[in-house]
Amino acid sequence: MIALSDYLTLAAIMFSLSVAGIFLNRKNIIIILMSIELMLLSVNINFVAFSHFLGDLSGQVFVFFILTVAAAEAAIGLAILVVLFRNKRTIDVDELDTMKG
Amino acid sequence: MENIYLWIVLSPLIGSIIAGFFGSKVGRAGSHWVTIIGVAISCVLSMYVFKHINIDGGATFNGSIYTWMVVDGLRLEVGFLVDQLTSMMMVVVTFVSLMVHIYTIGYMKEDPGYQRFFSYISLFTFSMLMLIMANNFMQLFFGWEAVGLVSYLLIGFWYTRDTAIYANMKAFLVNRVGDFGFLLGIAGVLMYFGSLDYATVFAGVDGVKDLKMEIIPGSEWSVMTVICISLFIGAMGKSAQVPLHVWLPDSMEGPTPISALIHAATMVTAGIFMVTRMSPLFEFSDTALSFILVIGAITALFMGFLGLVQNDIKRVVAYSTLSQLGYMTVALGASAYAAGVFHLMTHAFFKALLFLGAGSVIIAMHHEQDMRKMGGLRKYMPFTWITSLIGSLALIGTPFFAGFYSKDSIILAVQKSEIAGSGFAYFAVLAGVFITALYSFRMYFLVFHGKERMDEHTREHLHETDKVVWIPLVLLAIPSVVIGAIFVGDMAFGDFFGKAIFVLPEHDVLAQLNKDFFHGWFSMGMHAFVPGPAWLAAAGVGVAWFFYMKRPDIPEWFQEKLSFVHKVLENKYFADKFNEVVFAGGSVGIGKILWKFGDEKLIDGLIVNGSAKTVGYVSSVIRHIQTGYLYHYAFAMIIGLIVLMGLFVL
Repeated sequence: MIALSDYLTLAAIMFSLSVAGIFLNRKNIIIILMSIELMLLSVNINFVAFSHFLGDLSGQVFVFFILTVAAAEAAIGLAILVVLFRNKRTIDVDELDTMKG
Repeated sequence: MENIYLWIVLSPLIGSIIAGFFGSKVGRAGSHWVTIIGVAISCVLSMYVFKHINIDGGATFNGSIYTWMVVDGLRLEVGFLVDQLTSMMMVVVTFVSLMVHIYTIGYMKEDPGYQRFFSYISLFTFSMLMLIMANNFMQLFFGWEAVGLVSYLLIGFWYTRDTAIYANMKAFLVNRVGDFGFLLGIAGVLMYFGSLDYATVFAGVDGVKDLKMEIIPGSEWSVMTVICISLFIGAMGKSAQVPLHVWLPDSMEGPTPISALIHAATMVTAGIFMVTRMSPLFEFSDTALSFILVIGAITALFMGFLGLVQNDIKRVVAYSTLSQLGYMTVALGASAYAAGVFHLMTHAFFKALLFLGAGSVIIAMHHEQDMRKMGGLRKYMPFTWITSLIGSLALIGTPFFAGFYSKDSIILAVQKSEIAGSGFAYFAVLAGVFITALYSFRMYFLVFHGKERMDEHTREHLHETDKVVWIPLVLLAIPSVVIGAIFVGDMAFGDFFGKAIFVLPEHDVLAQLNKDFFHGWFSMGMHAFVPGPAWLAAAGVGVAWFFYMKRPDIPEWFQEKLSFVHKVLENKYFADKFNEVVFAGGSVGIGKILWKFGDEKLIDGLIVNGSAKTVGYVSSVIRHIQTGYLYHYAFAMIIGLIVLMGLFVL
C-alpha cells in the first residue's frame, strides 16, 4: 500500500526540482516555463493525494481548475516568448538583463 | 473737540498724500501750497487747543477713535490723549513745521525732488503728531517708527550721494538698536500691566512697583527698573544719547530744513517727550533715573567738546543739538520733567532758527558748508546775521533769552537733586555752559565776522536770501527771545502741566526751587548777574572772541601742542571707528563664520548635499543586486516566500 507520505515526498521532490530548474538553467526561457508547469503539477499531486486520502472530491475539482489555468498560462507564456524572440532574436536567459538597474 | 484733534492730525497727511501721489499733476507750486495749508490748519487748530486746555483750563481729552483689532482681550486702538503736555508739543511741532515748510520753498527752489520733499515733511508732521497725541503704547510705537522712517527717507533725500545713503542706513540701524530696547519695554509693560493704554497702565503702577523679576537666574531686578531702562534705551536711540548718538551728526547729509525740523526741533526730542509722558513709571525707579541722569550728563558735556573741532557749519549745530538733548535728559534724570520739556520747547525754536540760519548761509555760499571758507557775512546777509546772533545768544543762555530760563532751570534742578550721579551731572552741565558758549560763538565769529575767506566768485554773488527764507527766521527769532520769560513761571516752576506729569514729592526739585528760589522771570534774569552759569557763558563768548577774532594763532597752537586731544575729538572719541570695527566688523565676522561653516559646511555640505550623497552611495552599492536576470528575481521571490511561510509555521 502506498502511503500519503510517499505522494507528498514525490510532490516535494518535484517541486524542489522545478525550483532548482528555475535557478540553475542558464540556457533558455522555455525551461523556466516548463519548470513552472512542473511546480503546478507537483501541487496537483498534493491535491489529488489529499483528496483521495480524506475522501473529499473537492480537491480533485481544484486540480481541474489548476490544469485549465496552467494551460492558458502556458499559451500566454509561449506567446510572450515568441514576441520576445522576434524582438531580441534570442531566448537565452543570460542575455535577457534589461531589468538591470 | 474730537473733530478738531482729527483734523490736526489728518490735514498734514492729506497734504502729504496729494503732494506725494499727485505731485506731477498739482505741480511745484500746487504741492507746496497744499502741504503748507495742511500744516497751517494743523498749526492754527493746535494753537486753539493750546488756548482751550492750557490757558482757559478746558477739559483734557482721552479717548479712542478707532479700534484697529482685538487680540485675546488686548485692544489695539488709535486714540488721542490731549492734555497740557500734548497740546504744548502740538504747538511746537506744527509751528516749527510750518516755518520749515515755508523756508523750504526758498531752500529747495531748484531741486528736482521738490514735490517729494514736501510730501515727506508733511508726512513727518503727521507721524510726529500721531506720536505725541497717542493715548496708548501701540500708537506711540507707530508714530515712533513712522518718524524714524521719514527721517531715513529724508536723510537719504539726495539718494545719488553715497554719503547720504551711508548716513541714512546708519541712522536706521542705530535707531533699530534703540527700538529693540523700546519694544522690550513695551512688552514688559504689556506683560506686567496687561494693557497698552496709558491711563490703565499709570493707574496700575501701585500693583507693579514692588514686583521683582529674574532675567539672569539668581539676580533680582525691580520690574519698574527693567521696564524704564528698556524704554529709555529707545529714547537713547531716538534722542541720540551716548552711545547711540553716532547717527545724528551724519544725518546732516539731508537737506538743511530737515536738519532743522527733524534732527533738531522735533523728532530727536521724541525720546524726551516719551520719558516725560511715562513719568508715572520712571518716578518709581531711582536706578533708571540715575542711569538717565548719567547718560544725559555724558552726552551734554562730551558732545559739546566735539562741536569745538568741527569745521562743517551744520555739524557744529548738530553737536550742539546733541549736547542740548543731553541737558534735557539730565533734567529728566533729576525728575525735573517740566524743566526738560521747557528746554525742549525753547530749544525747538532757537535750534530750528540756528539750523535755518545755517541753511540760509549755505544757500548764499552756493552749498559750501566749510566755515573756514566763510567769514564777514554779516554785511551781506543782515537778517540771517541778526537772527543767527539771537539764536546763538538764546542757545548759550544769555539772561532774559529763552534758552537762559530753560537751561538755568535744569542746572538749578540738578544742583538740588539728590539722586545718585547728580554731583557728576551738575559738574557736566556747568562745564557744558562754557563749552556751549565757546563753540556757538566760534561758529558765529567764523561765519559772520572776521576776514572774508571765500573765493572771489562766491563773494560777488553774496546777497541776502529770499523772503521765504528769512521770514521764517524772523518768526522763529521772536519766540527764541521771549518765550522763556513768558512761560518760565508756569511751565518750569508752576503747575502748567497739571496731571500730565507725575513727580513723587521726595523727587520734586522744581517745587522746592519754586519755594526757595523763584520769584518771577525778571528776578531770575537779574539773578544771573551773581556768579553762576551766565558768567561761564560770558567767559565762553569772550574766549571764542579772543581765539577766533583776535588771535587765531592760539587755537592752532593748541591744536599742535595737544595733538592727541585734538585727534581724539576730530575722530569723535573713535565712536564711529569702534562701531565699525566691533559691531559692523563683528557682525561681518560672525556672518562669515556662519556662511563658511554654518551654511556651506553644515547646511549645504552635511544636510542638503550630504543626504543626497548618502543616497547616491547606498544606491551605488544596492544596484549590484539588480542584475536584470529573471532567475535572480525568481530566486529572491521564492526565498522570500519560504521565509514568510517559515515565519507563519514556526
